[in-house]
Amino acid sequence: MSVSATATVIRVENLSKKYEIRHLAEREKYATLRDTLAGGMTRMGRRLIGRERTSRATTEEFWALRDVSFEVKRGEVVGIIGRNGAGKSTLLKILSRITEPTCGRIEIDGRVASLLEVGTGFHAELTGRENIYLNGSILGMTRAEIKRKFDEIVAFAEVEKFLDTPVKRYSSGMYMRLAFAVAAHLEPEILIVDEVLAVGDFEFQKKCLGKIGEVAKGGRTVLFVSHNIGAVQSLCNSILHLNAGTVVEQGPVETIIPAYLSKMYEPSPCLDVRRPIFDYLLLENLAATPAAVPSGGATSITVSFRGVKSGSIHGLCILLFSSTNTRVAIIDLRDPSGPYRIAQEEVLTLQVDIRCLNLVEGEYKFGLYVQSSHSHLDLGDLASIRVLSQAGHGLILPYPAVYRGFVELDCSVPCRTNLV
Amino acid sequence: MATSANFGDTLLAKVIIEAGRSERQYWRDLWRFRELMYFLAWRDVTVRYKQTFIGVAWALVRPLATMAVLVIVFGTVANLDSGGVPYSLLVLSGMLAWQLFATGFSAASESLVTNVGLISKVYFPRLLVPVSSVAVSLVDFLITLPLLFILMAYYDHAPTWRLAFFPVFVILAVLASLAVGIWMSALNVKYRDFRHAIPFVLQFGVYISPVGFSLSAVPEQYRMWYALNPVVGLIEGFRWSLLGKADEMMPFAISVTVTAVALLLLGGIRHFRKTERTFADVI
Repeated sequence: MSVSATATVIRVENLSKKYEIRHLAEREKYATLRDTLAGGMTRMGRRLIGRERTSRATTEEFWALRDVSFEVKRGEVVGIIGRNGAGKSTLLKILSRITEPTCGRIEIDGRVASLLEVGTGFHAELTGRENIYLNGSILGMTRAEIKRKFDEIVAFAEVEKFLDTPVKRYSSGMYMRLAFAVAAHLEPEILIVDEVLAVGDFEFQKKCLGKIGEVAKGGRTVLFVSHNIGAVQSLCNSILHLNAGTVVEQGPVETIIPAYLSKMYEPSPCLDVRRPIFDYLLLENLAATPAAVPSGGATSITVSFRGVKSGSIHGLCILLFSSTNTRVAIIDLRDPSGPYRIAQEEVLTLQVDIRCLNLVEGEYKFGLYVQSSHSHLDLGDLASIRVLSQAGHGLILPYPAVYRGFVELDCSVPCRTNLV
Repeated sequence: MATSANFGDTLLAKVIIEAGRSERQYWRDLWRFRELMYFLAWRDVTVRYKQTFIGVAWALVRPLATMAVLVIVFGTVANLDSGGVPYSLLVLSGMLAWQLFATGFSAASESLVTNVGLISKVYFPRLLVPVSSVAVSLVDFLITLPLLFILMAYYDHAPTWRLAFFPVFVILAVLASLAVGIWMSALNVKYRDFRHAIPFVLQFGVYISPVGFSLSAVPEQYRMWYALNPVVGLIEGFRWSLLGKADEMMPFAISVTVTAVALLLLGGIRHFRKTERTFADVI
């Protein structure tokens, strides 16, 4: 690799951003002059009477970012991940110079285009053609550049017929396509993208991702914020994980994403599964560890009972339900050698290892079916497991989970033959 | 560094972001984004008369109607002296100056607030917004201006050599609207009170300023005090260059205007630059 290929293009040092949140008398979103004047008068009055108190805690400091430092090398595609409120958007806003940091320093070496929203500055009254020029110029293209790419943009957006129609008459799909088309033809050295894919239908999202992938492959530096872990995994080669305004870690996708997911889905304080079953059993525990598994991964389920009196369990199944309460699978735990015997105060623990949980991503719930010598019982919603999405193949993103049923079949797509 | 040629303007584009850093690139950026300024102005002008039936004719109807009212009220009812100039010419030249200033001023004041979407989503030197917003008033002005010349021809009132100075006063009027507009646009971001105050002030302004009458109609002993209103110099300047008619107080009035515009403009830009960093957070 040449020197310049690994050069640092973004260097962020000890970046912090503070917001002040007003608590008292915050009835309106913005300060009115009256408030400020009245506040000033009160303070002045107090000073005159000599009762100047330190102002009541009307503002609270909120650090959206605190001491964030990281570097981005030329050609890196960095995914910025973190929960809501982790400071991702604030970071992008500072990087795109929309707002100013409270302290810290950033050096950016290259032409930056930031895409915090699709269609910024679109004017409803203007035609498609006019909006291409306006929006392009807002995003930092020169008129000559827009002119050169005009036909390409129009073709990408598929709005040839409506070029001279005001965009207020566009369908929302056309509007989004046009807006993204303009943005997609930016040629910055550094591209900053925020959640633009959260809007629009699936086809559109796919198109956007494909385009961002192209940009990334073209050797440009991309900073990409998204909640869509699948998209991040398939696009990015490096991850910056933020939490509560600080950098948790930065590194390659392969190491950061699993760590992030396991942190994100730490088993929530367990629902109390303890409950009596019939008159002689107590369900002590039913849980999967880990409780968050990538699709196709392994997990194990533990179920344990305590005997209240001595007795036997004739039938036992773990039931697996989808989030919509459809039964997806059962795990038959009957012992071929006969019913489980359990004595008073004895604990019976069974562990099932699932080698391959090939389910479509989503939340699944566990239930139990228990059968005694003369009766049986169905229990639902005892514990849950989260199945996480796997990365797509290259740039092909999986279809949304709702369309994919429950099971990911373990199969290989055959070679394609085109017969003439 | 063989590949550095691929990134031709990398060196140029190096950006440092720091708290409170008064960007040295600001003025260069302003120049770099000049096309955006043009596009914003073009957008405002294009959009202005969209979906109207008579379209641009609105730029003629409004001043004509106002002129008619003022001519009747001041010229006919109050029977004020016009100093030998047809009264409607007196009023229309005053109207031109006033409209150019007032429309530009109110557009500039509103400009940041109406462009929230841009302010909170993309970077560019914010000063572009109020500056580009006065384009609309300038276009309206250029549409109305021929009306005055037609009227002058009708009254057989030929322009003099003073007409050569007219562009200077047009520029002064635009600068005046920017001088107050830049202040108000920045203040409006934080205090929307100004949004309510401005239309109200402008409504007063027509009567406080000598739009419907000439400066000479003001009693002699008050005239100097009256000329302290910076708009007086603007209107008198328009009348002098267009109609060749001047009050002896005019040079004083114009110097008041120039001083006020210069001070307000410099102060306004400073205030704007100081507060613009927080626009996105406050707006």
